Amino acid sequence: MRALLKRELRSAGSTATVYIYLVAFLLLSGICTFYGGEFYERNHADLNPFFEYLPWLYILLLPALGMRLWSEERKSGSIELLMSLPVSALGAVLAKFFASWIIAMAGLLLTFPLVLTVNYLGEPDNGVILCGYLACVLLAGNFLAICNCTSALTKSPLLAFLLGAAVCLFFIACGSSVILDLFRNWVSVHWLDRVASMSVLAHFGGLTQGVIEPRDLLYFISQIVAWIAITVLTVELKKAA
Amino acid sequence: MIELTRLTKQFSGAVAVDELSFRVKAGEVLGLLGPNGAGKSTTMRMLTGFVAPTSGTAKVHGLDIRRHTRHVQRLIGYVSEGNACYTEMTVQGFLSFIADVRGYRGREKKQRVTAMLEQFELLEVHGQVIEHLSKGFQRRVGLAQAILHDPAVLILDEPTDGLDPNQKHRVREQIRELARNKVVLISTHVLEEVTTLCSRALVLGKGKLLADSTPQELESRSRYHQAVTLFARQPLDLMSLAVLPGVAGIERGEVTNSVRVLARPGQVIVPQINSLINAKGWSVFRQEVERGSLSEVFRSLTRESRP
Repeated sequence: MRALLKRELRSAGSTATVYIYLVAFLLLSGICTFYGGEFYERNHADLNPFFEYLPWLYILLLPALGMRLWSEERKSGSIELLMSLPVSALGAVLAKFFASWIIAMAGLLLTFPLVLTVNYLGEPDNGVILCGYLACVLLAGNFLAICNCTSALTKSPLLAFLLGAAVCLFFIACGSSVILDLFRNWVSVHWLDRVASMSVLAHFGGLTQGVIEPRDLLYFISQIVAWIAITVLTVELKKAA
Repeated sequence: MIELTRLTKQFSGAVAVDELSFRVKAGEVLGLLGPNGAGKSTTMRMLTGFVAPTSGTAKVHGLDIRRHTRHVQRLIGYVSEGNACYTEMTVQGFLSFIADVRGYRGREKKQRVTAMLEQFELLEVHGQVIEHLSKGFQRRVGLAQAILHDPAVLILDEPTDGLDPNQKHRVREQIRELARNKVVLISTHVLEEVTTLCSRALVLGKGKLLADSTPQELESRSRYHQAVTLFARQPLDLMSLAVLPGVAGIERGEVTNSVRVLARPGQVIVPQINSLINAKGWSVFRQEVERGSLSEVFRSLTRESRP
């Protein structure tokens, strides 16, 4: 698996995907935080504006990072080489997942000037900030696991992107009244609560406030594991199609 | 050694490979022949673990391809149809990746990669991106990738497809070099490749085995095997040729005053024809004996299996 991971990272580097992602991520997160989130005007020494915009930013950027993982492999036929090497489907899926996750984490690391700025301007609770970053890492993992899966479903990167973005959007929006109203008429309140509790934002929000609940951690970890399992199945079933 | 037992693959109802059984011994170069859609690629893909069989199984060196897929994959070197590679990588980068996956580390990995670059004359392009190389170079990268771990079994799906005649010749020479002490499986629809490379030929049609023989024996099944074509200066008496012992029939040749005399299966008719020419005093300026045409045998074998 190490060999595959190395190859994924190297190939992402050589096709400029990494740089485009990092530049787009830093630019957009900067714009959102400073203009949209009124970073300075709020007079609070925390990173809440950054954390608030991040899930929405990720809906756009992470599907772009994940869309080529498998669709490209199938389109170019290189999957035939990969799957006839002594590698398990799980190993290949994990390698692709971790490679994209590492790139996403690199993006988060590069936002360190934000942390320096709030520390220079005020006295923030760095524990909360660290916890917020943990939430970001988990959210990125969650969305990338989803996009890894949608990418395995189709040969078209564009379709993988749209599908991935749609699924991610669902998990962000399913706590909102718009979606809940949609379900209200035909499911019981009990099930409505279940739908609402699937929302990423509920679990993400708690963590960014500095509250580490095992429930929230478990949510993200089980999302990642479940999506990876589905991806492995999809790859096994569709590799030769 | 490879042994297939009633290996079958169905794709959404259509049968691609139909209860195929055969064995290949070490040192054999086996050619898989057949029209497009005969099941050659699917058979190879099942052996390499890329496609799972619907029923039946195969053993490679005694290991079952369904239960010991990883083990089997370690024994096999494979060049797929269309030569699948990571074309955005450099030649050296790609070969080191393959060496990594095959479990080589440190000095041994370096040695293996360098040996491949030397053997396939890739040193001059080692730093270039694969997709920028010519097809001939790309194919050599594919072969290098396949034999880097010195596999016991080499599976090549149309290894010379899309190459120019010079490149074809080179790749064939390289395959012949590699074939020693390995089991080699080659699929092709270039028939001359079978006569020059293979020690044994299987003809597939609609997923079924239609013939299993040496290329020479297959040629002898041709109606043109041992046929004699005569080129004369004057019209020949066709009747006297047709009644010669061992003659199966007569066809008018493409050139004026030429005639093709077909032999009955297993018969040699050259002596009879020569004595007739002498007796009649014909001035025959050229005489050709045919080995038989593999492509004609191929056509007649696979015609019945066509949908």
